[in-house]
Amino acid sequence: MRKGLIYVCLTTLALGVAPVVLAGPSQADIDRGKELVFSRKDGNCLACHKMDDGKLTGTIGPELADMNTRYPDRGILFKRIWDETQFNPQTVMPPFGRHSILSKDQINRVIDYLYTL
Amino acid sequence: MLKAKIILVAMGVALLAPQVLAGATPEEDRKETVEYFKQMFPEVPLKDFVNGQYALNEDRRAQWQSLQDFPPYEFAVAEGKEMFEAPFANGKTYGSCFENGGIGVRQNYPYFDEGTKQVITLELAINQCREANGEKPLKYKKGDIASISAYMATTSEGEAFDIKVPDDPKALAAYEDGKQFYYSRRGQLNFSCASCHVQNPGKWIRADLLSPTLGQPSSFPVHRSKWGELGTLHRRFAGCNKNVRAEPLPAQSEEYRNLEYFLTYMSNGLPVVGPSTRP
Ligand code: HEC
Ligand code: HEC
Repeated sequence: MRKGLIYVCLTTLALGVAPVVLAGPSQADIDRGKELVFSRKDGNCLACHKMDDGKLTGTIGPELADMNTRYPDRGILFKRIWDETQFNPQTVMPPFGRHSILSKDQINRVIDYLYTL
Repeated sequence: MLKAKIILVAMGVALLAPQVLAGATPEEDRKETVEYFKQMFPEVPLKDFVNGQYALNEDRRAQWQSLQDFPPYEFAVAEGKEMFEAPFANGKTYGSCFENGGIGVRQNYPYFDEGTKQVITLELAINQCREANGEKPLKYKKGDIASISAYMATTSEGEAFDIKVPDDPKALAAYEDGKQFYYSRRGQLNFSCASCHVQNPGKWIRADLLSPTLGQPSSFPVHRSKWGELGTLHRRFAGCNKNVRAEPLPAQSEEYRNLEYFLTYMSNGLPVVGPSTRP
């Protein structure tokens, strides 16, 4: 963990950018996110969304793709996964954050992964 | 753990899902429901809705039909008939408890009993019959009761469901209670029955194809490959509750009986086709 942080600081410095606390996700973050999205007992997002190389995906929600273009604002994406009923009261998408299905951290890992789609 | 449970219970029935049904009477609700699904699936003949997911997908239907030569519930139905006809210790039979000796009555269940002011399902009536005759009640979700119920359904094959909500505020309240249950979000995953079976029938949820409200109780009890045996409608209710991480209620609880009352009323006019098979 500490090693990772130092590494991140060094790379940001090397790139000549002012060292900020927020850095891009590591491959481990992305892998963890994919695990959460695919696992039936965590996100189980494939129950409803087609995406990536997911098998036996449901058809209730739209395919998740092109997330960078469609969600330039990470905050909005976070809010929709936290509680989609705030955007559409009739949605069937579970309120992952509000109902403690996924923690804040877990949602952030999910998002790290979604941005690779 | 305990804390998590309390939170779940608190979240239980907080939100009402879209109230698709705004009918002033059960009959208006039913007509709205029929119209809604006719529009959603214009190519499906009304009667076919009793076949659940198989009415909506040709591949699934073909797989299902190919299994019909040797239905896996045949033996259970034969056993059910035997039990149905065998005398209790006091010499009486199930037939003595039912109209027409219990033959061809499935389509009238559940009904509202004006004496006790409650909804009587077929399975409840079977156990009431046993107890009235000095026998122990059967377990409600599977086994003997499912076999007897399945046999009784076969004697009503093709008869149209004819559920009545008599002119009694308690009967209407029981119906409304069932309807409310069907449209209320529950569980950690925040689904109502309607989220899946009104909003999304015909869609896939992972590898499962969702059936519509209309016709849902007609095939019960069903033999599911997942169960490897027959199960009653309330076993299915409990399963659907568990899938959304809601606390399932006991089979034949007042809530589930009222739910069955509402759900079966929606299928009035559709034929009894139980038992059947499901994945
Ligand atoms: C039970 C179904 C279901 C599940 C499970 C589900 N979703 Fe959704 N999701 C939907 C539906 C339906 C929509 C369409 C929008 C709406 O209903 O408001 C949606 C919309 C979205 C959107 C916006 C889509 C777009 O194209 O802009 C995102 C992002 C999203 N879901 C992410 C997720 C993630 C991540 C998970 C798992 C952690 C997940 N969903 C699980 C049903 C679901
Ligand atoms: C998250 C989705 C979901 C929810 C919520 C849900 N179900 Fe289901 N239900 C299913 C699936 C999947 C099946 C199996 C496929 C099918 O037949 O629809 C099913 C099957 C059924 C069946 C059997 C239909 C048949 O033809 O064999 C009944 C009856 C039923 N559900 C009733 C209910 C009731 C009542 C509720 C609410 C207490 C409910 N469901 C909530 C997903 C759901």
